[in-house]
Amino acid sequence: MFKRLERGGPTVRFRFEDEEIEAVEGESVAAALLAAGIDTFRTSPLGPARAPYCMIGMCFDCLVSIDGVENRRACQVAVAPGLSVRRQSGARRVG
Amino acid sequence: MPSRQPPTSLPSERFAVDVAVVGGGLVGSAIAWGALEAGATVALLDEGDVAHRASRGNFGQIWVQGKGEGHPPYARLTQRSATLWPEFSARLGVRTGIDVGFSQPGGLTLCLSEEELATRAAIASRLDAEGGSAGMAILDRDAVARMTPLPLGDSVRGASFCPADAHANPLALLRAFHLDIQAQGGAFIPHTSVEAVRAVRGGFAIATSAGEIVAGKVVVAAGLGSAGLAASLGLDMPVRPVRGQVMVTERAAPLGDFLFTGLRQTREGSLMIGGTQEEVGFDDGTANVAMRTMSRRAVASFPDIARLDVVRCWGALRIMTPDGRPIYQQSRRYPGAFAATCHSGVTLAAAHALVVAPSIVAGDLPHELATFSADRFHVQAA
Ligand SMILES: Cc1cc2nc3c(=O)[nH]c(=O)nc-3n(C[C@H](O)[C@H](O)[C@H](O)COP(=O)(O)OP(=O)(O)OC[C@H]3O[C@@H](n4cnc5c(N)ncnc54)[C@H](O)[C@@H]3O)c2cc1C
Ligand code: FES
Repeated sequence: MFKRLERGGPTVRFRFEDEEIEAVEGESVAAALLAAGIDTFRTSPLGPARAPYCMIGMCFDCLVSIDGVENRRACQVAVAPGLSVRRQSGARRVG
Repeated sequence: MPSRQPPTSLPSERFAVDVAVVGGGLVGSAIAWGALEAGATVALLDEGDVAHRASRGNFGQIWVQGKGEGHPPYARLTQRSATLWPEFSARLGVRTGIDVGFSQPGGLTLCLSEEELATRAAIASRLDAEGGSAGMAILDRDAVARMTPLPLGDSVRGASFCPADAHANPLALLRAFHLDIQAQGGAFIPHTSVEAVRAVRGGFAIATSAGEIVAGKVVVAAGLGSAGLAASLGLDMPVRPVRGQVMVTERAAPLGDFLFTGLRQTREGSLMIGGTQEEVGFDDGTANVAMRTMSRRAVASFPDIARLDVVRCWGALRIMTPDGRPIYQQSRRYPGAFAATCHSGVTLAAAHALVVAPSIVAGDLPHELATFSADRFHVQAA
């Protein structure tokens, strides 16, 4: 679906659910997941599947759980080796 | 849902109604709505965003516990309003299709020290001695833990609980009033400032930025903008601003229906944290000091809350009388002119609509309301 404009630079590996994702250093988690063909980042509190929309931190549609913290905007977090990213289902939990 | 557009100019050049209400916040809107229900023709005039507008910045609680200490009529009016709220909000909901989000789980005031717990217990027993606390009870830590959705912080000693406390979405309430006033044939006239009111034969001539209205009765419910208009009608509305700050977190999964002093979860999932009381004049900004105090207390109550991000905060100005109690009064010099203001316009909305409004239409405030006259602020009245 999405292709990188240019490839190059050192790569970084992290996990999305049970998959290993290879990303280019410096890109966001959202960009890396989209480039890997992932199109469902979360399900909204009302049920439907959601994916990134704005990629600039404004729409909050790209929310995922990163290293156990829910409601993180995937487009605002840079990839880093060993991150553990998970789909978020519905609203985040407090407790 | 009615889709009528609010008029931007007066419906006719010499527009005449039974009751004109100045101020389209929660107090004026509830009275205008209730006056229509009581059979009067009504115009509701509202200035706009240049004014301070508490109804658009408040916490949305129908809060009964602890209210009216030392003044049984205020305690009774508050309790009556909470009793009227379910039927009242259902009626508004059916008519407008807007769910104002009313729910009455009862409210807890958490106490973080033995002193705080003793203070709450003293308030409850004084209210009971004066005629009723609406079932306010003191609970120990274990009892509170069984009622709350999240683990309690170590410092929580207990709480006072009142089954009458409730909450609603105050913006939805305001919108429902405005829509239903129009749907029932009332005139809602926004973006229109009342500049002067003068007594004429049979009523009042109201000069507005959009032209003149003639009304049999006029109600000044203009919040912090009330004092000048009131004085010209022989009424006294000595109100001052008291700032409250509110913080709102990101949306979270529902924690179950619960309500605390200064903490509630909206239907949409946000946690609202709030309610400072600050004497800072007309400054409706925010200040980090207050935010820190509020969030510290929220986190001391429920440590898990610290994980949530705060997405918005704001300050808004309460409308406060010298003793914190409402003012309802008919002018002696100009009968037919009324004053109405209070600092709990959400809580009292049902009473304003179903108790205060019909007596204004009838032209006579019964004794239970006349006791809220501003004469109490003058030594001569005693
Ligand atoms: C932070 C905060 C939290 C609160 N929490 C709660 C709560 O949980 N529960 C509760 O019961 N209450 C709460 N309150 C109080 C509640 O918001 C107010 O009691 C209520 O909104 C007051 O309504 P009002 O109509 O008197 O005033 P306002 O909302 O201020 O409305 C007055 C209106 O008059 C209009 N106006 C002014 N001058 C003129 C003029 N010359 N001509 C025409 N129109 C004019 C203005 O445009 C304005 O819309 C809170 C208040 C604050 C600030
Ligand atoms: S894609 Fe819009 S905030 Fe991340």
